[in-house]
Amino acid sequence: MTYQEFVIVGRRKPTDSNPSPQIYRMRLFAPNKIVAKSRFWHYMKTLRKLKSTQGEILSLHQVYDQSPEKVKNFAISLRYRSRSGEHNMLKEYRATTRCAAVEKLMNDMAGRHRVDPSRIQILNVASVDASEARRVTTKQFLDSKIQFPLPHRVLRRSGSRFKAQRATTHFS
Amino acid sequence: MSQRVFRRFVEVGRVCLINYGPLEGKICVIVDVIDENEALVDGPSSITGVSRQSIPFSRISLTDITINIPRSCRHKTLVKAFNQENVLERWAKTKWARKIASKETRANLNDFQRFQVMIAKKKRNRAVRAEQAKLLKANA
Repeated sequence: MTYQEFVIVGRRKPTDSNPSPQIYRMRLFAPNKIVAKSRFWHYMKTLRKLKSTQGEILSLHQVYDQSPEKVKNFAISLRYRSRSGEHNMLKEYRATTRCAAVEKLMNDMAGRHRVDPSRIQILNVASVDASEARRVTTKQFLDSKIQFPLPHRVLRRSGSRFKAQRATTHFS
Repeated sequence: MSQRVFRRFVEVGRVCLINYGPLEGKICVIVDVIDENEALVDGPSSITGVSRQSIPFSRISLTDITINIPRSCRHKTLVKAFNQENVLERWAKTKWARKIASKETRANLNDFQRFQVMIAKKKRNRAVRAEQAKLLKANA
């Protein structure tokens, strides 16, 4: 799933007794605007006791990365519900955009912890400096002279499904 | 005997050929490594048409050509190094590039050209077989 980042601003519907209610602003990752609105109300309901019928969205717009052509180290702090409890995590990913990092996060959490994206609450996505990276898997790529081969390359299937010879996996 | 197992590495400055996707067949340079699956790649965009983007290693094939560039360098620096090291020329001279080019030529031949190829092949094979017969006779 490709994620997009949205900023949603909403509040309770104004009434005579409360003409200017508290305004809430949220940054969300969602595949589209509709899901973004839905997730906004999900959090308003659980965190602020505000239902979509009782409130209104003042603005919803997509935000983009400042530098989508630079590789950054993202430290994502999250909360997720597992089958038996709720946990906090800090995960690091190298990516060019925040959305790419979140996509990696979702796939990673699904693979490693069998967590559905709807059960993950992203608390913060911060771009960290190379010196502040904590995970070994991130640090091993923080090398200006990085060099590694691509051993045992299993290539895309080309031609017929059945062949007389085994495929070559060593390229140089 | 110091014969390396691997000759082509993923590194900053490695020239690659994109082998899948909308940019298939285009040349690009690895400008930075994102992680074990992806690299940040740039054509340079003004020369080969590949804009700076992340690309998975499964979509690129490493070539033997490397250029000397700093990690995540600007487009200007990349173009300068690319032209200084004559990458496109060096690539066109490789057997790999020539095979790709000949495949394309062959696919775009018209009927008369295919006829000409057939005649040329016959001529070549006749000469080869004549020489072969001579050699067999000499060693018989």
